[in-house]
Amino acid sequence: MNDYNFAYLDEQTKRMIRRAILKALAVPGYQVPFASREMPMPYGWGTGGVQVSAACLVPEDRLKVIDQGADDTTNAVSIRRFFERTAGVATTGRTRDATLIQTRHRIPEEPLTRDQILVYQVPIPEPLRFLEPRETETRKMHSLEEYGLVHVKLYEDIARHGQIATSYAYPVKVEGRYVMDPSPIPKFDNPKLESAAVQLFGAGREQRIYALPPHCKVVSLDFEDHPFEASKADHACDLCGSATSYLDEVIVDDAGGRMFVCSDTDYCETRRDAGHLGRLSASGPVTTGQEDAA
Amino acid sequence: MTPLLQVKGLTKRYGARIGCQDVSFDLYPGEVMGIVGESGSGKSTLLNCLAGHLEADAGAVVFDTRADGPRDVRAMSEPERRMLARTDWAFVHQNPRDGLRMGVSAGGNVGERLMAVGARHYGNIRGQALDWLDRVEIAGDRIDDRPTAFSGGMQQRLQIARNLVTGPRLVFMDEPTGGLDVSVQARLLDLLRGLVREMGLSAVIVTHDLAVVRLLAHRLMVMKSGHVVEAGLTDQVLDDPQHGYTQLLVSSVLQA
Amino acid sequence: MGGVAMIEISGLCKNFVLHNQGGAVIPVMRDAALSVAPGECVALVGASGAGKSTLMRMVYGNYLADSGVIRVGGVDVAQAAPREVLALRRATLGYVSQFLRVVPRVPTVDVVAEPLLALGMARDEALARARDLLGRLNIPERLWTLSPTTFSGGEQQRVNIARGFAHAYPALLLDEPTASLDAANREVVLTLIEEAKARGAAILGIFHDEAARDRVCDRVVDVTRFTPGLAA
Repeated sequence: MNDYNFAYLDEQTKRMIRRAILKALAVPGYQVPFASREMPMPYGWGTGGVQVSAACLVPEDRLKVIDQGADDTTNAVSIRRFFERTAGVATTGRTRDATLIQTRHRIPEEPLTRDQILVYQVPIPEPLRFLEPRETETRKMHSLEEYGLVHVKLYEDIARHGQIATSYAYPVKVEGRYVMDPSPIPKFDNPKLESAAVQLFGAGREQRIYALPPHCKVVSLDFEDHPFEASKADHACDLCGSATSYLDEVIVDDAGGRMFVCSDTDYCETRRDAGHLGRLSASGPVTTGQEDAA
Repeated sequence: MTPLLQVKGLTKRYGARIGCQDVSFDLYPGEVMGIVGESGSGKSTLLNCLAGHLEADAGAVVFDTRADGPRDVRAMSEPERRMLARTDWAFVHQNPRDGLRMGVSAGGNVGERLMAVGARHYGNIRGQALDWLDRVEIAGDRIDDRPTAFSGGMQQRLQIARNLVTGPRLVFMDEPTGGLDVSVQARLLDLLRGLVREMGLSAVIVTHDLAVVRLLAHRLMVMKSGHVVEAGLTDQVLDDPQHGYTQLLVSSVLQA
Repeated sequence: MGGVAMIEISGLCKNFVLHNQGGAVIPVMRDAALSVAPGECVALVGASGAGKSTLMRMVYGNYLADSGVIRVGGVDVAQAAPREVLALRRATLGYVSQFLRVVPRVPTVDVVAEPLLALGMARDEALARARDLLGRLNIPERLWTLSPTTFSGGEQQRVNIARGFAHAYPALLLDEPTASLDAANREVVLTLIEEAKARGAAILGIFHDEAARDRVCDRVVDVTRFTPGLAA
């Protein structure tokens, strides 16, 4: 169908990446170095995730790509088209239909199953980076389990803001051993890190792969008197009425009008198709706003 | 009584050059040992070898650990050594910037060692940080300020609080009063003396300031070209120096 | 006297070697010997430069001995490890020198209480004892919270004495304790010395004040006997 090898990468490279993935799955939360390749897209656009996906894809797979929960944003569209072209795999927007989901900054609302793989795009894999800039030192801290510094960061949050203000890339401890950066997902998604699916994290520029095998124990770090909270905007989705999904705030005019909608577009659509209605739906139960957003 | 620290034949070479050679001494609980000598005499090399910042070439540094009694620190595994370094040991750098996290608040700086050994209660950590800021005479309302907003003397006191919060038994200090003006030095010396007495601390202090060692150190070692040329009670070494180099050192001090 | 001597010196010799002046050897003490019993006060006499202060400093461990024995409360200061000398100075052997050497800015009352705190006495108790002594030595109360570094010579001398008498040392070395004091304060110091003797302290001192010496000292020892080149 084209002149590329299946899924763009050559077989040797995929093999190398698969080895790194296996090692990452064997040592949950540990950052495995790998020889990241130049990809036909800029760093920061998901080169790590794309390489991990390429190494995992088989022709029978059905791929879903999301960017901040949406299937139709630039990043998601370009990566989906990349694999359509280079691997010829089927694609879908439906979470439950996908076998492999590449994501940037979200975990789908619908619980994943053991037949699925979730691949994260990771900008900075090192959770200690902003506290300790030396890579030699952070590696040592991981190997010796010296994680006091992570709590210093949380302490600073509380001292400055009265609460833990870290709201994304919230650090977690995996299987009681490695502290891991879950990539910039909202901390609302942290509880979903304990999942039936295989979760793989790829950082292209930083050349690291790490992983969470199914049902792995993932604890969000906190203080006894300031426990972790998976917070979200205190609203229901204005389109589908869901009170439990993670919401995006959308400014709708220049007079302060705004609406809250599910960040997971597939989840929202599925609910609306099933007849759930929100505040601003065309035939919504209440229409208080001055705008009709539908 | 078991010495807290027994140093035996400690040697460090930089290629053909001698950093420090065949240094031996015992330090008992509650004792403060001063190390003096001119720049390049090997005193900082010795301190860094003792504290494990530099790998010595030969010799033993035996520390009386809480759990297992005397053990050679050089033969310990790295995790054990690092654990020791953030619990029972402390290191006060000459430049507070080397010993503080400048981007972290005063409270976070003091609390770090507590969190490193497992403290997970924000209120308690903050309470202990406040207590220690008070002990080193930093006003409690500065707890959320960063060290960059502090004067040099305050930074040095903050570094001391950060180091002593876990109740270490042995403190290494590298020119702790260097770079501070005289009135600030005096305040720091008084503070250190009080802490040494109240906490029963042992300390090894490297300095080139003979007035500082006279007021702070019980015992004194004089180093020259990597060798200890003289050791004894601080006032005895300063008032009745036996070695030519010490005599020169003592007679070279300008009298205020 | 009788009983076991608290301070006992025999065969004590010392030279100063000046390495930076051609290795010049200056003999300063030859075969010194003396003893002080508990409750006894012995004065060192002799011309200036005869070695009175040198001998006192050797007893305190401040100067090293080349040979001989300096036994204080069972410890041979001439042979003892620094740690033993420190322990001796903490609990057994006090020294009132002529000069006050303190960390600047430490309040006077803390300076006086420090020897007691070093022995582990509760802070309140130690401070109470310090205030009592400062009061007896007529240091005005408004000065107690100030550092003695700014005091007059006589005031510093009295702070030094208060500090030296804070703990009931079994052995005491006094270097000119009444120098630069007025009559009233001199009387207080002599009373303190008499009280120390009464509780059994062995005292070795240098007193240029002859009347004071005659009043508190039981014997005098002429150090000229030990001075190389001066001895008969």
